[in-house]
Parts: sequence; C-alpha cells; structure tokens
Amino acid sequence: MKLSKFLKGLKHGIPIFLGYLSVSFGFGILAVKNGLSVTEAAAISLFNLTSAGQAAGVGIIAAGGSITEMILAQIIINLRYSLMSLSLSQKLDKSFTLPRRLIVSYGITDEIFAMASVQPGRITPWYMYGIILISTLGWVLGTILGAAAGTILPAEVSDALGIMLYGMFIAIIIPPAKINKGILVGVLIAAAASAALYYLAPFISSGFAVIICAVIAAALCAVLFPKNDPANVEDGESA
Amino acid sequence: MSIIIYIAVMAAVTYLIRMIPLTLVRKKIRSRFLNSFLYYIPYTVLSAMTFPAIFYSTGSAVSSAVGTAAALILAYIGMPLIVVALAAAGTAYLAGFVITLF
Repeated sequence: MKLSKFLKGLKHGIPIFLGYLSVSFGFGILAVKNGLSVTEAAAISLFNLTSAGQAAGVGIIAAGGSITEMILAQIIINLRYSLMSLSLSQKLDKSFTLPRRLIVSYGITDEIFAMASVQPGRITPWYMYGIILISTLGWVLGTILGAAAGTILPAEVSDALGIMLYGMFIAIIIPPAKINKGILVGVLIAAAASAALYYLAPFISSGFAVIICAVIAAALCAVLFPKNDPANVEDGESA
Repeated sequence: MSIIIYIAVMAAVTYLIRMIPLTLVRKKIRSRFLNSFLYYIPYTVLSAMTFPAIFYSTGSAVSSAVGTAAALILAYIGMPLIVVALAAAGTAYLAGFVITLF
C-alpha cells in the first residue's frame, strides 16, 4: 500500500524531474556567475527548492545585501506557497500526522502542488514523499550540472547561458499574459516599475526593488482585476 | 557575511512559508483582495526579476537584447520552457559571435 503510493508518486514526478533538471541547470549557471561554488549552489537548491526565490537570493548574496532584505525578498517571492499549502491542507488524508505534515511542507512547489491537487480524492503521505523525492533529485542534480558547466565552459558560452533562467521566466509569464488581461497588466507594470527603479533609483538594491515592484503591480491588479477563484494558483513559475 | 548564514536564512524563511499553513491554518482565505494579490504575485515577481536584469545577463547589451527578443517571440507562439531558454542562450551566443567579427 505504502510502496504502491510511493511508486505512484515517483512516476508522477518523472516529468517534474525532467523539467527541474533543465530549469535548475540555468540556476546553477547563474549561481557560479555570481561567485558561488558548486557546493553552495547545490546546498541552496537542496534547502530551498524554488527557482525565483533562489535566483533573488543569489542576487542578494552577490550584492552583499542585508539579512532583512533576504527575509523580506523570500517572504514576498514565496508567499504563493502559503496559498498552495493552505489549499493542499484541505486534501490531505487522515494519516497525515504533524511530523508527516512537517516533512511534506518541505516540498510544496508550483509543479508538485499542481500534480498533487489534481489527484482524485485525498492524498497520502507516501505519494507525496515519492513525488517530492524525485523532483528534488532533478532540482539538485540540474543545479550541480549547471554550476559545474558554468565553471568549465568557455566564457562566451557561459555568458550566453546566463540568459537561460530569464528565458524560462519569460516562457512562464508570456502565455498566461496573452489570455489574461490582469496578468498582462501586472507583468507590464512590474517590468516598467523595475526598469524605472533600476535607472532612476540605483541605490535601491535589487532584492528590495523586486519586492516593491511586484507588490505594487500585484496590489493594483488585485484591485483592478479581482479574481473569483482562489484555487487557481497552479499556473505559477517553476519550483 | 558568511554565505552559510544567507543560505540558512533563505531556507528557514522558505520552509516556514510552506509549513505554517499546512500544519496550522485550517480555514480558507476569504479576502477577495488577498486571493487576487496571491494569484498575481508570481507573475509580477518574475517580471520584475527579469526586467531589466535580462539585458545585463550575458555581459553584452546587444547579445542580451537579441536573446530577449528570441525568448519573447518563442514564448508568444507557445514554445515549451526549455526551447525558449535554450533559444535565448543560442541566439545570444550567435549575436556575441557575430559582434566579434566586426
């Protein structure tokens, strides 16, 4: 029973494994470009399991930002996981004791949440362990490969690969922005505000700039284009 | 400051964000504003992180701009994540190579 649930989780995690392998490759490149070692990059991926939060975190580390900045940036960027955890908490089966909830909390990502929340009926701890294990493996392995490649490859190649993670971010935000006016407006406001702060107020560090721009844009959109369906969170960014 | 402290703080904050609702909160969020805000936040965060940083991501303004244009076009026609990312890097590399010829 446990084994079959675990294997089902592993199986459902295979596409996530492959996706994470490539996304975290971009993160590994970005991390070494910002002066981190392969081990440090791998440790960040193992302990955080989130792309945007990690990318912002690496930027803050490279800039020598404050701990306050790091805490605020992680809260704002990863806030959506609270909503996913909240939604998932309604779907857990009775065998989810406190220790098991504490373990599964580690692995709430956009993709794992999306996969788990569309399963019919309640979800079991061992299903979650399976899907989280294989997804984490892909995330950390990709980071190590990307970070190692970043240190081995010629400068022209690793420079060009530095755009990969941003390319993925674009691939995540453009398709929903095409069909959802609220997202389109939010994306445009955030980009414009971010560019404005970068050029007009360069003394504001990159971590705080992201927080300010993202909060303003999302709050404006929440007022202008309020959502009726609170469960619609599965189409966010990777990991 | 030690990188280990940064990593520990990052990890702790990210874990708490996921853990607190999953273990403590049993009620649903009723605020329409908060639900909408949480819905839009991933997109505005990614957008603010990408722009204008993407134009400095390859160390050359021209190759970054070419890679960005390729990513926008391919994302617009609905190409998968990995295709968009690799094409952005590939076109940025080619643009950087072409620049060196002049």
